[in-house]
Amino acid sequence: MFKQLMPPKAAHQDDLLEVRQLSVQIDQQTVLSDINLTIRSGEVTALLGPNGAGKSTLLKSLCHEVTPTCGDIQIYGKPLTLWDRQQLAQSLGVLPQHASLTFPFTAEEVVAMGLYPLSLSHQQGQAIVEQQLNHLALQHLKQRRYPSLSGGEKQRVQLARVLTQLAQSPRPPILLLDEPTSALDLAQQHRVLSIAKALAHQQGYAVIVVLHDLNQASRYADRLVILEQGHIVRDGAPRDTLTAATVRQVWHYDPLIVQSPDHSTTLLF
Amino acid sequence: MDKHRWLWPSLLATLVVTALMSVSIGPLHISPSVSFNAVMHWATSIELGIVAPHEQLVIDNVRLPRTLLALSVGAILAQCGAVMQGLFRNPLADPGIIGVSSGAALGAACCIVLLPQGGEYSVALCAFIGGLLTTLTVYRLASSPTGTSIVLLLLSGVAIAALAGAGIGLLTYMADDLALRDLTLWQMGSIAGAQWHYVLLSLLTLALLGWQFNRSTKALNALLLGEAEARHLGLDVDKLKVKLILLCAIGVGIAVAATGIIGFIGLVVPHLVRMMVGPDHKQLLPLSAMLGAALLALADIGARSMVAPSELPVGLVTALLGAPFFIILLLKQRSRLI
Repeated sequence: MFKQLMPPKAAHQDDLLEVRQLSVQIDQQTVLSDINLTIRSGEVTALLGPNGAGKSTLLKSLCHEVTPTCGDIQIYGKPLTLWDRQQLAQSLGVLPQHASLTFPFTAEEVVAMGLYPLSLSHQQGQAIVEQQLNHLALQHLKQRRYPSLSGGEKQRVQLARVLTQLAQSPRPPILLLDEPTSALDLAQQHRVLSIAKALAHQQGYAVIVVLHDLNQASRYADRLVILEQGHIVRDGAPRDTLTAATVRQVWHYDPLIVQSPDHSTTLLF
Repeated sequence: MDKHRWLWPSLLATLVVTALMSVSIGPLHISPSVSFNAVMHWATSIELGIVAPHEQLVIDNVRLPRTLLALSVGAILAQCGAVMQGLFRNPLADPGIIGVSSGAALGAACCIVLLPQGGEYSVALCAFIGGLLTTLTVYRLASSPTGTSIVLLLLSGVAIAALAGAGIGLLTYMADDLALRDLTLWQMGSIAGAQWHYVLLSLLTLALLGWQFNRSTKALNALLLGEAEARHLGLDVDKLKVKLILLCAIGVGIAVAATGIIGFIGLVVPHLVRMMVGPDHKQLLPLSAMLGAALLALADIGARSMVAPSELPVGLVTALLGAPFFIILLLKQRSRLI
């Protein structure tokens, strides 16, 4: 009885990001066409596809780095173009693919750059930086100069910076990762992706990640969006989307498919 | 931050000692205590001790404006160098090396020769316009989405300096004797003959730059992550770039109009400060200003005492000190350049 009196939960409550009929042309060439996508809180979404399929362009349109030719991107129900940059930066973070720094800042100083969009006192800011340094196991590196760190350590420092930026978000944050594993060794790749997964599942982040490794995608992502020549060709859970037929069609490659021993993921070779 | 606390008082002390040396040393030797009394008398009209009238006169009209000009121009150039290095994300950017000073000098030269009755401030205005146009040109030539290329930056500087040199050369043929003297002075850089109105102008400029740069330190740090990353942090990158380019052009323009081309201060000083405190602009900019001021005043003392009773242009002294430093930097950067 009482349940009927409760208002139905709005269907779009968890929809943090909505892309409608998005098309992008660069130099008269269509890179993306008619993309429709809804990103929900608490999910890891992997963008997959061969080189040139438009994964990175899609990610860049979501963070306003590429301007769409037509279509509409709504973030937290408000068009992307109407957002104040600083306000949006508190909820939308981007981990760059390669981040080089010309000048030798310490790891701690790089993480503290994430405080830029937040209006906090020095102590409050310092507390967040400390928290993120602990979260990503960077305490022992914080006085090291950034250029002297290994690829994996740099990546974690950058991730700590982005998470610092999102630490005060009034809404579930959106985290965009552009090929975060490309420069890392195996253990570091899994470390970064586990962190991303934990953020989504435990803290309600919406994580969108561009990946090349299909096995990593099926292991860590809740949802795969597969692009081919600027179109979305599959969208759904790894089990349903990553089939031999799809890989043949999109990557023009005939894979060997096995189930992992515990049947939780599909593996492709 | 704490371990660098000693730097502030020691730099401040260096600054005061250098300034006192600068007002004391010269053809007419005045003891530091007398100079101190004379400066105090000039500033506050309080008589702390006996100062001979001719000594007071020399200090009021020659040494003090010269010292203040050296200090303020040194501080301006060092800060502009540090900001340009941040803006270009390139440790070799310097107003002299990338040709901005040459552009400003060409602007000033145009004004001296073509508008001889334009007045003193029109020279500064033209130097500013010249500096601004060159900064924009060099920035356009050298920047790509991933940052600025060192090679392109230096080559643009060479090209711009050559063009400005040719322009100034052309103007020297059109110039009369008076303008010719001014032009030669401009290209070598000299603080001799400092005039009070330029002292005032550069002190005001220094105040403007110090105030505005100090408000942009966090943004400048963020910009070093890369333009796209800075945008994702919520920074209005284009607005920041326009603002900083304008401020640097004002700074370099006024410095060139007041003293001519004085190279390498903007390159050497931020490097030394970075070695001591790291690249954080919050410390880098004020400390660079202090060290730059002290260094240029020191170079000016050298310029007037090395070949006394004659004088060297101070630009020559800074080049003698700075060019080897630049070569050392190039050697360190070799692996990145090739």
